[in-house]
Amino acid sequence: MTDPSTESAITRAHHEEWARVVAGLARRFGDLDIAEDAAAEAFVAAVERWPLDGIPPNPGGWLTTTATRKAIDRLRREARRGTKHEEAALMNDETPSAPTGPVTDDRLGLVFTCCHPALAMEARVALTLRLLGGLTVAEIAHAFLVQETTMAQRITRAKAKIKAAHIPYRVPSESDLRERLAGVLAVIYLVFNEGYLASAGEDPLRGELTAEAIRLGRLLRDLQPDDGEVTGLLALMLLTDARRSARVSRTGELVTLDEQDRGGWDQALIAEGHALVRERLAAVAAGDRPPGRYQLLAAINAVHTYAPSARDTDWSQIVTLYSRMATIDPSPIVRLNRAVAVAELDGPQVALAEIDRLAGELDGYHAFHVARADLLRRLARSGESRAAYDRAIELAGNPAERTYLMRRRDQLS
Amino acid sequence: MVSDMPRYLMSVYGAAEPGEFGSYPSKEAMLQSFADTGAFNERLEKEGHFVFADGLAEATTATTVDGQGDKPIVTDGPYLEAKEYLGGFWVIEAADLDEALALAADASKACRGKVEVRPFQTEESFKALLES
Repeated sequence: MTDPSTESAITRAHHEEWARVVAGLARRFGDLDIAEDAAAEAFVAAVERWPLDGIPPNPGGWLTTTATRKAIDRLRREARRGTKHEEAALMNDETPSAPTGPVTDDRLGLVFTCCHPALAMEARVALTLRLLGGLTVAEIAHAFLVQETTMAQRITRAKAKIKAAHIPYRVPSESDLRERLAGVLAVIYLVFNEGYLASAGEDPLRGELTAEAIRLGRLLRDLQPDDGEVTGLLALMLLTDARRSARVSRTGELVTLDEQDRGGWDQALIAEGHALVRERLAAVAAGDRPPGRYQLLAAINAVHTYAPSARDTDWSQIVTLYSRMATIDPSPIVRLNRAVAVAELDGPQVALAEIDRLAGELDGYHAFHVARADLLRRLARSGESRAAYDRAIELAGNPAERTYLMRRRDQLS
Repeated sequence: MVSDMPRYLMSVYGAAEPGEFGSYPSKEAMLQSFADTGAFNERLEKEGHFVFADGLAEATTATTVDGQGDKPIVTDGPYLEAKEYLGGFWVIEAADLDEALALAADASKACRGKVEVRPFQTEESFKALLES
């Protein structure tokens, strides 16, 4: 019988301490397998001991000490089998190795290991969720709709490559840092979207991914508070997630931004996201480098969430932000989003002309047909609108979105 | 003295039947690439990364031997049928993969080709293999 307060202490310790324990062990023992297994054993020990002995005054310290002891036990067993001599020597080294260079959190080094560009994207995602997020292999497999054995193999293979190819556990040099950090942010945003876009489905575990991505985003901001894009990504995720519950109706249908009940938005997340966006605006005004894609997306979301109703949205601001975004990322998808905002400012006719120029590049993309269908509907071109809805429905993967599109189509005169 | 730095193989692939100037568009381009590669090799030596490097003759000159049976079987040509073949390689020592990848980027620029970086087995990984 576990007292609910002990249970929540264990959950909290898992969220707060898992990555620190794994990262500390990885640095000390130079082996991700040992780090991961020993950390997992320490949490099992916590589940057994804390209900009996009470929550230790310093849960993180307790977990690190316990995990270190588990790791040393394992190395000792292996040493007894006549192997791993060099590791056995490590057992007596109770002092943490002296930091070289500026003191950094072990977790930051591990972030860069897990998101190393020499690993396949799906391996980066899996390793990040396992080693930094503390999700179990079964949970990760479930969230990405693959067999548990497949996911286990993916993680094992990635760890084997890290070991064999000597992928380091450290923060990259100053000259590579920005680019490598962008790679880390891409992994976190992918995890977020995987959860967010699927959250319309019936599966709560996939939705857990958004929470996990936000936790990782917070961790990264703690570790790199001065990087504008790190802050921008966290703000973007908070402002997006704030609208999650308003995004799907009770009947499981997608609710678009203009039809959402804004009273259902999470005001605490919005306030936090707005504060981060303001912090970045101030930093850029004070001479920091111009905002990158995550800061711009966060700013766009801030404009939407500032508006008390869809009608009050400052569309000219949104068009300006998308135009800036198009200068750093001139992809057709950015131009599509810009055109959707242009429709609110200059009318559907102007926007349709812009969108139709993207037909060649975006014909296979459902959002392109959704935007076209809506503009054609507003221009009372029902026949063409219906055809565009048909195409969008055909291409949409998400069931809640399909339901919504079918209703819109069937409402056409 | 045997270094305990990790070793990496950096391989470069090229067309099965290269043209007049190998895979280069002109003689000048070829000579310039040779000069750049030479300078890169000197840098590897100076910085303590160099173990070995060389280019190979055309893949069509390869011979494959299977000595596992009673009598060795000798076949004309490379072991694998491919569109591109190993054309040259380096063996280097580097502190870790990040350093090896940075060197590979420069190697790729010098030799005008994609470079595959692959770690060698280490004493430790070999031991782990024996114990598994």
